[in-house]
Amino acid sequence: MSNPTAPTPPAAKPAGRRKFELDPRLKAYKGVWVFIEHERGAVHPVSFELLGEGRKLADQLGVELAGVVLGAAGEDTRRFCQDAFCHGADLCYLVEDPVLAQYRNQPYTKALTDLVNKYQPEILLLGATTLGRDLAGSVATTLQTGLTADCTGLAIDPENRSLAATRPTFGGSLLCTIVTLNYRPQMATVRPRVMSMPARDDTRSGRIVEESLALLETDIVTKLLDFIADEKRDEANLPFADIIVAGGRGLKRPENFQLVWDLAEVLGAEVGATRPVVQSGWVGADRQVGQSGKTVRPKLYIAAGISGAVQHRVGMEGSDVIVAINQDANAPIFDFATYGIVGNAMQILPALTAAFRQHLATAKQAV
Amino acid sequence: MHIVVCIKQVPDSAQIRVHPVTNTIMRQGVPAIVNPYDLVALEEALRLKDRYGARVTVLSMGPPQAEGALRKALSFGADEAILLTDRAFAGADTLATSYALASAIRKIQQDMPVDLVFAGKQTIDGDTAQVGPGIAIRLKLQLLTYVSKIESVDLDQGELTVQRRAEGGVQVLKTRLPALITVLEGINEMRFATMNDMFRAARYPLKVWDKDAAGVEDISKIGLKGSPTVVSKVFAPTPRTQKAEIIQTQSDQPGDLAATLLAKMFTKFPQLRAGIGPRGA
Repeated sequence: MSNPTAPTPPAAKPAGRRKFELDPRLKAYKGVWVFIEHERGAVHPVSFELLGEGRKLADQLGVELAGVVLGAAGEDTRRFCQDAFCHGADLCYLVEDPVLAQYRNQPYTKALTDLVNKYQPEILLLGATTLGRDLAGSVATTLQTGLTADCTGLAIDPENRSLAATRPTFGGSLLCTIVTLNYRPQMATVRPRVMSMPARDDTRSGRIVEESLALLETDIVTKLLDFIADEKRDEANLPFADIIVAGGRGLKRPENFQLVWDLAEVLGAEVGATRPVVQSGWVGADRQVGQSGKTVRPKLYIAAGISGAVQHRVGMEGSDVIVAINQDANAPIFDFATYGIVGNAMQILPALTAAFRQHLATAKQAV
Repeated sequence: MHIVVCIKQVPDSAQIRVHPVTNTIMRQGVPAIVNPYDLVALEEALRLKDRYGARVTVLSMGPPQAEGALRKALSFGADEAILLTDRAFAGADTLATSYALASAIRKIQQDMPVDLVFAGKQTIDGDTAQVGPGIAIRLKLQLLTYVSKIESVDLDQGELTVQRRAEGGVQVLKTRLPALITVLEGINEMRFATMNDMFRAARYPLKVWDKDAAGVEDISKIGLKGSPTVVSKVFAPTPRTQKAEIIQTQSDQPGDLAATLLAKMFTKFPQLRAGIGPRGA
């Protein structure tokens, strides 16, 4: 479908620098909001990451940071508010209603748009999860405002107090900064693990502003018949993995990808891959790291046969230590990796597997 | 049943390269393809056509060259194709795009009511996943994103049951038509075009609509003018000053390189020692 945020080639004149005066009606919009997403009794970590980022934006603007909690009464919603306070929120807007028990677009869109219309925040942030993307798109359209998806950086433009949201564009080859002009709130989504997790501060507290939702179950067209929870063990949980071994097109043939699995097994690591590898069907789409896949922040990321195109880089550059193996000494991945080995990944991977196995055996003996 | 599938022609972003010296994007020779996620949506629509019988109309907004994407869709078995093209649409963000597409779908409805609108889960060039929800809100369609399976369509009752990917599981949802569905990748495999359909696609008189033909009511809501968001700058990521420490040994044998890497890494980052080892060991 349409590609909104990257319609013009980079050569086009920068439209956003033009001076503008915010419509007086919009000056009333104050404060930074974070939608607090929760499922089965726990807040999604992306909401805390957004609170950490939202705190910085709110401080810079000199306004309050608020969390928005929607759910059914008795669903631990007050605990979620407290969690939000501990991660930086000054207050929480809370809407409790039975129709909000499980996520459905219609009641959640109404609850959130009603809150926005009443309390008028200038910035509204949501996680770019399946829920967040579903909700953000419909809320922005209902409110007729701008939405920047999958941001990798958020900042306040000191000149005009507007939100400058940076995201990859052109399939992740370049970055672009997007501003929302005469529309409020300024909405943005950010993917899990893109922002760092703020430290929890249990001494913090805040106030809760409660609102009700004028919506009956009979008003809601879509009914939830069933929820089939994922079987955890089969699912790759890349965003929260501590060690990831990833392979790219430099591995040349699908059977060579086994070398990545072998090293991952010795390390107890998850396996990741680049987009071309996933598109060729060597591994499942749930293992794709990068702009159109997952964003990861492991302690150790081993990239084999990966050139380091921006599309991939934005998904993994938050890793603590990056080891890159590539035959091309000029590959961009060596510009941001911690360690590089220039060589044939098909030979280096088995050597690493052996070296780590040896290391583990020695470590075990030492104990 | 009448199904509209929204598709987009995109540059094959896997083939875009950044010039290593000038740090600018090299667009020459990058082929245009149908957004791969939209083909999953099209295939799903064609399967409903096989199952229940339907007219499938494909709709695309873009420059005149986007005709190629629509003819491709026709060759797979779509019945009708409409290209929405007008200079006034240029520079649209998600909000302005969903306005233009919603206007066109309203126009399509005048010919035959629309029961289902399909869209890919996102594009590979914009990656926003926002236009589908935007169209649904504007046309008051029930919105079902990230659908992994269409269980059933009951045309008599006007009901639809689907499985939808959610965080941590799958929702089974029942809703009323008309609805808008965005589909998850990998749920089907695109069929092959038949010879007949390829000939038909080549000869098909494409409907080309400008903003007036598409029934756009408010021109302040389309294109750059109708877009709340503007791109203020486009730039290549700044190269980090700290480049990788390249591991070298006298022999440059894989075994020596691996051993040297481990020695250096565990010395500088001793914390890595703890987490390493096979799971369950």
